[in-house]
Amino acid sequence: MEKQVLRITVNSEYHELYIKPKRLLVEVLRDELGLTGTKKGCNTGACHACTVILNGKTVKSCSVLAIQADGGEIKTVEGLASGAELTPLQKSFLDHGAYQCGFCTSGMLLSATALLAENSKPTVEQIKEGIHGNLCRCTGYNSIIRAVKAVTEGKYEEGSQ
Amino acid sequence: MIRDFIYLKANTVEEALDLIDQHKEDYKVICGGQSLLILMRQGLVAPEHLIDIKSVEELNYIQFDEKEGLRIGATTTHRTVELSPLVLEKFPVLVHMEENLASIQTRNWGTIGGNLCHGDPAGDPGPVFMALNGAVKIASKQKTRTLTLDEFFIDYFETVLEEGEILLEVRLPPIPPRTAVVYEKFNIIKNDQGIISVAASITLNNDGLSCNDARIVIGAAAPAPIRAKETEKLLIGEKISKGLLEKAGEKASEEADPVADIHASEEYRRHLVGVLIKKMVEKAWEQAKAQVK
Ligand SMILES: Cc1cc2nc3c(=O)[nH]c(=O)nc-3n(C[C@H](O)[C@H](O)[C@H](O)COP(=O)(O)OP(=O)(O)OC[C@H]3O[C@@H](n4cnc5c(N)ncnc54)[C@H](O)[C@@H]3O)c2cc1C
Ligand code: FES
Ligand code: FES
Repeated sequence: MEKQVLRITVNSEYHELYIKPKRLLVEVLRDELGLTGTKKGCNTGACHACTVILNGKTVKSCSVLAIQADGGEIKTVEGLASGAELTPLQKSFLDHGAYQCGFCTSGMLLSATALLAENSKPTVEQIKEGIHGNLCRCTGYNSIIRAVKAVTEGKYEEGSQ
Repeated sequence: MIRDFIYLKANTVEEALDLIDQHKEDYKVICGGQSLLILMRQGLVAPEHLIDIKSVEELNYIQFDEKEGLRIGATTTHRTVELSPLVLEKFPVLVHMEENLASIQTRNWGTIGGNLCHGDPAGDPGPVFMALNGAVKIASKQKTRTLTLDEFFIDYFETVLEEGEILLEVRLPPIPPRTAVVYEKFNIIKNDQGIISVAASITLNNDGLSCNDARIVIGAAAPAPIRAKETEKLLIGEKISKGLLEKAGEKASEEADPVADIHASEEYRRHLVGVLIKKMVEKAWEQAKAQVK
């Protein structure tokens, strides 16, 4: 089957690739671009470990054909920090131990990042809604929720540490 | 493993219908792929040509007119419906439905058209649109037709769509005065598909006491969402009472035709139909009554 051109911007970097149209976005990110921070869990659309931000909205990269993202802008977990400077959410995840095995962490971070971009002061209920699809097999939900909450309380604003 | 296919992207309705017409011997339409890719991964669907309508912007809209009601284009995502102030004002039941449909990620990419055309009897929009007396506009290269939602679903994962046709839009007439429409599904895990779901629309008479019209729809209780017409008849003309709700619940569980699966036995599903019907009819009735005062 013929390969087709795919033009995507991932974490502000432009890529032109040739792929088979059946390739899923998660495969292109991990296998073609080496961005293995995006995790493939169930590969059936259920666990949301593979969450990335596509054109400003979270999607499951295992449930989107890469070719459908043509022309799009993608943010993966690798694109959150600028250099060594972690985002407030990333710092808060570290401080609150909001990960155990870490498999769900990148998806959680992207869901929470998208949530805070839409609503900078979510209630605990809204935080739960925001990460609702993201499963954590280690069931560390409480610390994840606390980590997001701490950011909304301004504890990680620039200069506060 | 997904089998190889030839990928063809449409940017307009015309392009989509042309592409479908050219490849009608073996094609499948993809929009958000939230349902289709699961089937393709399992090898249950393996089209030679995959025609992508996700970028057909002319079908991405929500419009309201006092006379015609609401029109939702097929490529509109669940999330767009959920966050629309217009929908919240005119059809709040749709916002409630969307907030309980799958995850944000699924709603961000999955579409209203894809949901209906997938024909899953446990889907949420089908029963709600049926209770709202909705219609769908369908087109092929040769013709365009409009059908009611009642006529749209045929069987498990089967709709009236014929070869060459795509769904263009959903139309929901304005909600009549003294009417409330409510929806709820029963599930074990929040936002999962319903084990049973019920949508109820109740219109009261001027007196604010007796029922003038009812549209009751049950999801996941048969090969397609069904109107509980006997239950509707039982309600129309009556005043609400505990006894009436009880009877409505019993009638509806007789009308349902559920099957047993890993989620629930047939018996349990019938029981749930009774429980949800009572709850939804009462809720719609009370909300409609609040409008009369
Ligand atoms: C984890 C998960 C949970 C879910 N939970 C729910 C839930 O709680 N409630 C619920 O209702 N749904 C649920 N769904 C289903 C999902 O929301 C819908 O089926 C989805 O929105 C389909 O839209 P799509 O654009 O992705 O369609 P696709 O997957 O692209 O297409 C689905 C089918 O429709 C056809 N099609 C698509 N658009 C058109 C068109 N315009 N004209 C003709 N044919 C068309 C395709 O050929 C295909 O057969 C869930 C899905 C997942 C993965
Ligand atoms: S890997 Fe994508 S949802 Fe589980
Ligand atoms: S930390 Fe292990 S899955 Fe969440």
